[in-house]
Amino acid sequence: MSKILIRGAKVLGGEPQDVLIDGDTIAEVGSGLSAEGAEVVEADGKVLLPGLVDLHTHLREPGREDSETVLTGTRAAASGGYTAVFAMANTFPVADTAGVVEQVYRLGREHGYCDVQPIGAVTVGLEGKKLAELGAMHESAAGVTVFSDDGKCVDDAVIMRRALEYVKAFGGVVAQHAQEPRLTEGAQMNEGVVSAELGLGGWPAVAEESIIARDVLLAEHVGSRVHICHLSTAGSVEIVRWAKSRGIDVTAEVTPHHLLLTDELVRSYNPVYKVNPPLRTERDVLALREALADGTIDIVATDHAPHPHEDKDCEWAAAAMGMVGLETALSVVQRTMVEAGLLDWAGVADRMSRKPAEIGRAQGHGRPVSAGEPANLTLVDTAYRGEVDPAGFASRSRNTPYEGRELPGRVTHTWLRGRATLVDGKLA
Amino acid sequence: MDTEQQKQQYATDARPVLEAPDIARVLTRIAHEIVERAKGAEDVVLLGIPTRGVHLAQRLAVKLQEITDRRIPVGSLDITMYRDDLRMHPPRALARTDIPSDGIDGRLVVLVDDVLFSGRTIRAALDALNDIGRPRAVQLAVLVDRGHRELPIRADYVGKNLPTSLRETVKVQLAEEDGRDTVLLGVKQTSQGGQP
Amino acid sequence: MQRHLISAADLTRDDAVLILDTAEEMARVADRPIKKLPTLRGRTVVNLFFEDSTRTRISFEAAEKRLSADVINFTAKGSSVSKGESLKDTAQTLEAMGVDAVVIRHGASGAPYRLATSGWIDAAVINAGDGTHQHPTQALLDAFTMRRRLVGRDEGLGQDLSGRRITLVGDILHSRVARSNVDLLHTLGAEVTLVAPPTLVPVGVESWPCEVSYDLDRTLSKSDAVMLLRVQRERMNAAFFPTEREYSRRYGLDGDRMAKMPEHAIVMHPGPMVRGMEITAEVADSDRCTAIEQVANGVSIRMAVLYLLLGGNEPAATHTRTEEK
Repeated sequence: MSKILIRGAKVLGGEPQDVLIDGDTIAEVGSGLSAEGAEVVEADGKVLLPGLVDLHTHLREPGREDSETVLTGTRAAASGGYTAVFAMANTFPVADTAGVVEQVYRLGREHGYCDVQPIGAVTVGLEGKKLAELGAMHESAAGVTVFSDDGKCVDDAVIMRRALEYVKAFGGVVAQHAQEPRLTEGAQMNEGVVSAELGLGGWPAVAEESIIARDVLLAEHVGSRVHICHLSTAGSVEIVRWAKSRGIDVTAEVTPHHLLLTDELVRSYNPVYKVNPPLRTERDVLALREALADGTIDIVATDHAPHPHEDKDCEWAAAAMGMVGLETALSVVQRTMVEAGLLDWAGVADRMSRKPAEIGRAQGHGRPVSAGEPANLTLVDTAYRGEVDPAGFASRSRNTPYEGRELPGRVTHTWLRGRATLVDGKLA
Repeated sequence: MDTEQQKQQYATDARPVLEAPDIARVLTRIAHEIVERAKGAEDVVLLGIPTRGVHLAQRLAVKLQEITDRRIPVGSLDITMYRDDLRMHPPRALARTDIPSDGIDGRLVVLVDDVLFSGRTIRAALDALNDIGRPRAVQLAVLVDRGHRELPIRADYVGKNLPTSLRETVKVQLAEEDGRDTVLLGVKQTSQGGQP
Repeated sequence: MQRHLISAADLTRDDAVLILDTAEEMARVADRPIKKLPTLRGRTVVNLFFEDSTRTRISFEAAEKRLSADVINFTAKGSSVSKGESLKDTAQTLEAMGVDAVVIRHGASGAPYRLATSGWIDAAVINAGDGTHQHPTQALLDAFTMRRRLVGRDEGLGQDLSGRRITLVGDILHSRVARSNVDLLHTLGAEVTLVAPPTLVPVGVESWPCEVSYDLDRTLSKSDAVMLLRVQRERMNAAFFPTEREYSRRYGLDGDRMAKMPEHAIVMHPGPMVRGMEITAEVADSDRCTAIEQVANGVSIRMAVLYLLLGGNEPAATHTRTEEK
């Protein structure tokens, strides 16, 4: 197999070094490595990170191929520097059987842009009533370890308890979409000053926080681990911090958009800002950044949610919720965390690669950049500055809240097990 | 009022063509002419066209009362909503329309305006009158007739005929609005703000 | 004045006073034998109603017809909208027919704003009520009614509502009328107090330029006008209040409560009134209740808004973009 020499890359943001890839493995990391027989990539001071891992992606296939497919979604992932994504279960049909998860898993492997690890539904049809065959999905070729009804909350306390208990048998984890359904009936945006003015139905912070509080206590009671999807409020941070201090096995994710955007943007009534959980306040944004920095929030996950144009080109109430995120996530993290001095690049590698791989048990991902490790790597031009242009997205959908916004950083190369999926910003 | 609304600028050397005593004298003459032509002005109703036509109508009413020893009904007729050039300008605030309580049906309505120019204002006033009632007859009194009619309209009572060129401007100032009585003749400044 | 009327919050004091003054002149047209002006001759206005509201539609239609506009009424029921056609498609279809203004009523908050700002159409947009957001012409007609009654028809010209104390009672949470009134009355210098059970006051109300009270009896004596907002009986089922009887006992206006108001103070209601719920028949039918006047004033206000938004614009050309294809 071929050799690739990445010359002069700041590994995890450190001093420039050379990295030699041989086949699917990192052969050597050091200074002045021989380029003999190797294709040379001049990193020229760019930052080299382990391939990013997204624990929360919607690939839409099967069922909504008009908004995204496994192919377009994994191409978007490679463009954004990802080498593994976890595909959410809310497809049509729902990924609640071994058959559906195996299909998604296989498509990811065939296309080869990015490993796709399917997430299985917790309950049949995401209906919150009856446990899906969690064990069968785990034992399938897809080897599912993460289960989630994302999009819907597992709101029945007994079902949630049973799921937490049941997955202990094979080291699984339940990822909860924390949203108390009764408190969020008709909810359109964060409940607060802006919703009061705009006359849009409120999605109160307490609807998220009450579920998280319940679930960490359930996890403690049954001695299981629980993962909180897209945590969005300052209050949720406090609860997770408290739970961790008690030794509860809880992990939590935050999306890039919740690190940057606030509900003030909803004043435009432009549905690109419509997302679930909704954009919150400045105070929440600052608390989330701080929590990601201190480790209370473990990871960044995109909640990449593609929607066709017509589902956003309409009045707010009729619009779909969600934003695409795979191709802008790292830039948003650079802006909100690195440039703000809250996280260095080693920290970014931890929150966007090592830790999500660990939570999802993604084999071969999130490993150190050192000899003998799988060559899953991402090279980032951190000096780059440019406006986000959705026309250049690899994703089939364009529903980004960042159109025209200047963001730093650009992924130039991505390698999946030594094979380039992105070269000079272009998909291989 | 046409000159005012075209937002023309007045050259500093605008020249007075009527001064206060002249204005008072021509209004007295017009009052006498109205009494004469209207056979004692018994059924006359004066309707001024805002803004300065209203003041002129009120002054005429005082003079008519002096001559006839009767109160002459006086009111105002805003023609903004009837203008044919409405959509060529930003919307303007409406002025008052005040029809005397006895109405205008069967009366001799004398419309009063400061300057008669294209005739379009008077055309609009006739349309407005049509929606308000049915006068016995309508006559027109103006302080200045500057010519350049675009419609078959003429004044029954004219304070001063003032032949002008289209490059010239006529500005009427009245004490009630402007602090003094005068009629100024100036030259239009070709400013960039003009109509294309 | 802006090109559209979307929210009462967009109006400056001078804009609002100009609309009220213009409406006074429009009101005089109603006293004439011929209640019609040629002002909008040749202009086309479409009343695009996605929500049933016969009252508001008729009021706009009367205003449009008095100004000689050509009127197209479009109601969503039974149209392609109920078959899933989007707001955007509907609006573009109408504009292709050469519409100068769209009067829109929509159940979704922000729909008129989207229509005016998304580049879908070029016509002027007038919000006739959107979701629980805004209903600016209602606020204007309410302010017009207050100015006439509290300041005077002629004395009020050029004046705002400085120092007047206005109390709004009822379902603030779900009320676009309340939001519009708070914005406009504040702009016009009035002091506004909202009175409602805490369940019917939105979270975030603290940023509004008004006071909030849960006690109607204590605000009555300090009110120049008390406006009652309709309370839908269905709200009971969602536990906003226990029973109709308890609501009307705590927040309904009856004769005894009205007697506590200053002598000059008026009772207002945007209609339709739920007698026996927020207002007793005795109060509704009293001289102090301006509900009927408000309806009449609505036509004058809408004429003023249409004149000020459309009077100075070039007429719409029929859209060529559909023909180019």
